[in-house]
Amino acid sequence: MNILSLFPAIPLLMMLGLWISRNIKQIHTVMVTGASALLALSIALVFMYLGMRADGQAAGMLLTDSIMWYSPLNIQYSVGVDGISVAMLLLSAIIVFTGTFASWKMKDGAKEFFMWFCLLSVGVFGFFISTDLFTMFMFYEVALIPMYLLIGVWGTGRKEYSAMKLTLMLMGGSALILIGILGIYFGSGATTMDITEIAAMDNIPLSMQRVWFPIVFIGFGVLGALFPFHTWSPDGHASAPTAVSMLHAGVLMKLGGYGCFRIAMYLLPDAAQELSWIFIILTAISVVYGAFSACVQTDLKYINAYSSVSHCGLVLFAILMMNTTATTGAVLQMLSHGLMTALFFALIGMIYGRTHTRDIRELSGLMRIMPFLSVCYVIAGLANLGLPGLSGFVAEMTIFNGAFMVHDTFHRVVTIIACTSIVITAVYILRLIGKILYGTCSNPEHLKLTDATWDERLAVVVLIAAIAGLGLAPMWMSDMISESVLPLISHILN
Amino acid sequence: MDYSGIFTYMYSEIALIGVIVAALLYDLAAGEKGRRFFHHAVCVLMLLFIAGTVVPYHKETAGIFGGMYIYSPVGSIVKSILAIGTLIVFLQAEPWLRREDTRFKRGEFYVLVLSTLLGMDFMISAGHFMMFFLGLELASVPMACLVAFDKYKGNSAEAGAKYILSALFASGLMLYGISFLYGTTGTLYFEDMPAGLTGSPLQILSLVFFFVGLGFKLSLVPFHLWTADTYQGAPTAVTSYLSVISKGAAAFALMVILVKVFAPMTEYWQLMLYIVIVLSITVANIFAIRQKNLKRFLAFSSISQAGYIMLAVISGTPYGMTSLIFYVLVYMAANLAAFGVIGTIEQHTHGKVSMDDYNGLYSTNPKLAVTMTLALFSLAGIPPFAGFFSKFFIFAAAFEEGFHVLVFIALINTVISLYYYLLVVKAMFINRNDSPVATFRSDGSTRLGLVLCLAGVLALGIVSSIFDGINLYAFGM
Repeated sequence: MNILSLFPAIPLLMMLGLWISRNIKQIHTVMVTGASALLALSIALVFMYLGMRADGQAAGMLLTDSIMWYSPLNIQYSVGVDGISVAMLLLSAIIVFTGTFASWKMKDGAKEFFMWFCLLSVGVFGFFISTDLFTMFMFYEVALIPMYLLIGVWGTGRKEYSAMKLTLMLMGGSALILIGILGIYFGSGATTMDITEIAAMDNIPLSMQRVWFPIVFIGFGVLGALFPFHTWSPDGHASAPTAVSMLHAGVLMKLGGYGCFRIAMYLLPDAAQELSWIFIILTAISVVYGAFSACVQTDLKYINAYSSVSHCGLVLFAILMMNTTATTGAVLQMLSHGLMTALFFALIGMIYGRTHTRDIRELSGLMRIMPFLSVCYVIAGLANLGLPGLSGFVAEMTIFNGAFMVHDTFHRVVTIIACTSIVITAVYILRLIGKILYGTCSNPEHLKLTDATWDERLAVVVLIAAIAGLGLAPMWMSDMISESVLPLISHILN
Repeated sequence: MDYSGIFTYMYSEIALIGVIVAALLYDLAAGEKGRRFFHHAVCVLMLLFIAGTVVPYHKETAGIFGGMYIYSPVGSIVKSILAIGTLIVFLQAEPWLRREDTRFKRGEFYVLVLSTLLGMDFMISAGHFMMFFLGLELASVPMACLVAFDKYKGNSAEAGAKYILSALFASGLMLYGISFLYGTTGTLYFEDMPAGLTGSPLQILSLVFFFVGLGFKLSLVPFHLWTADTYQGAPTAVTSYLSVISKGAAAFALMVILVKVFAPMTEYWQLMLYIVIVLSITVANIFAIRQKNLKRFLAFSSISQAGYIMLAVISGTPYGMTSLIFYVLVYMAANLAAFGVIGTIEQHTHGKVSMDDYNGLYSTNPKLAVTMTLALFSLAGIPPFAGFFSKFFIFAAAFEEGFHVLVFIALINTVISLYYYLLVVKAMFINRNDSPVATFRSDGSTRLGLVLCLAGVLALGIVSSIFDGINLYAFGM
């Protein structure tokens, strides 16, 4: 069996293990074993991948394997990775690992919760390893549907409304993707579903590309929080339980950006060049609008959700610039945003679990009461606003640098507009930190609260280590990514 | 005339007649004691029947009775799928049949169901419009008795009356259409018909009339008005049979006739189907959202599913035929599972079928709730369940023939349908209830039926060999 197939297989085995578990201890054992195995596997994969590249294996996709599945339509279960997907797999494994610890205290229906959680990870991992349109789309939908129950059953606040809104909007997006996939498949002569082969044939007529490109881009864009299809995101993230918010904002939203790049732009390159300006405007709106919206929110999760809209908008913004630097920045931003938003949601969950409120007007002076969590919150905030040394700086710097390389007035103007989001981010992050962490605590109930427990510390420390690691030594990661981005971009441009 | 082909090619029907006669004799001969094993006896007989006929014996198409009856391997596969579905219905009907008020007439239930199945088999294998009509009637008339099986219950009797009146009206129209066909072409054989079809106004009229007859069976909009009341009033086992088996047979027969017989009039029937598909899917989805009674709810869901099946018909290709048969198989597994859950809950709670009664079902009956959820997810087309694959294939079939806008409309409708399927899931998992359905253990036969359906929902998509197997024969369409 191909090593890549282990990524979806391990969560499946975990589901099986959870099914036969009898008590919370066994559930924890299964989850920790599985999540650690995934993390170890993804780290091993990074080294294996770098090793293979160092050996001079130059193929676009490495570790490929394919099994014929539905021969009448040439549907195959085919897998393969390049630098982008390796980075995404690593990110997903880190989030699954830390998400497990962040929901350590889950009591009601822990078994079912973790089973759905594992199904979600099956979808996520399967999506990133697939190189076949059908298989990829199947995993994409597998990742969407568990969200309904995860939010609906274990969520907080207006959970039923948010769960339904999120599911229907994302499924609407996937309906667009499905018709786009059919369009690509039949447009390219109905001979293969393999992404690399379709790209190599490059024979979809421009008139058809003009139809399918916007459809597929919007379809994936819904998940990537493209304005005006982002409205599921604040409600969904605010209502979801901690680990689900982490996985959703941290990994699932990246499926959108990854799909936009790998399917919409890579397979429909001519239309992508022609129509990119429409989406550049929309993503620029996402970036600025998300940041402004975050400024006026009072719920911690809403602030972070709007901040996610802004940062994920930046991912789509960067890939539409269609040069290697900006796109490498986009992938780095996916990593960086995934890590820091997961950290944010984990911390918010931990704070909420103690104070039972997420309203910033009711919180103050937490630094004295729970110093560990507060310091971590500050670190997350600084990463978010792009402090050098942390991952956010590396990603955003690369993106804006790359975007400014495009030599025309339109692109430069929108880049400058998007850049303003850095300032706005600083406004809401610093205001938030000042409000809830410093000052004096006015609520006597809050004074009795305790700081993080070991499981929480573990989750948080792993995430911070990854953020700092990416911020301090970005080269090995960005080299790996840009090496894989280069052939894709040159395909799109030619 | 050579009659030797009867046993070679009509083996499935002959065997089914054998099962019917055996059931009838058993009903007559067995006393009060022997009837206790009636259920087992019939199920074993059905199992033997399925085992004997599941794989087509011949790889070639052959006509007997001078072309009145046509054996085709693909038809044979559809017949075995229908037989498997019937067996599952029998398994799930057991607790209802064991009740005091139906126990004494269970023999009639088996004989009537198997007679309709025989009718469908003849309909599938017909090579002549009279043969087709006979099969259709044999499938419709006993069905009306089945719908009114709980005859002392007001709504069951009402449902039966509504069914038979609409069925007769539809049959009348169909016969009228067939008479026009005979008048303009001078033949009723499927084989000779295309040569005489020119697309004259009279023939278009006859095509419409003919389509109305089958549209009624398939409960496509605008011929669906009987569906909700009949599904609600009929005993649940009959409803599930009606929604799956009867529909599957009619869909297959419709595709064969449209593609083979009405080939010179393709543009007309494609236009007609186009309108009917858009109406069926959209109208049924909008109505389904507001339903509170689960049987009515599934009635509207099955109308929209019939609309999806028509996407395969409209393509008119061999690949479309494969995806149609696969869709019917997958739809059968999912819908029978959903009706099985509704049926067993109805039996154990004295008739609770409202969506509000299902609030909090997961806390008391987790296994049933999960079964229902998986079935609904499959109906909604969520992977990795089989419904996703079958939907993808019919979309691909219609898309290939250039119906891009139609597929788009259908896809938007899958999102609407997901909304109402999720309402049921929400009721079971999320809504609170002070007095949920009490925990109970359904009987072995129902559970076996549900497990079979669930295996279908989980495995049919992932295991591609079933689709490949159907595909192998569909080119002999």
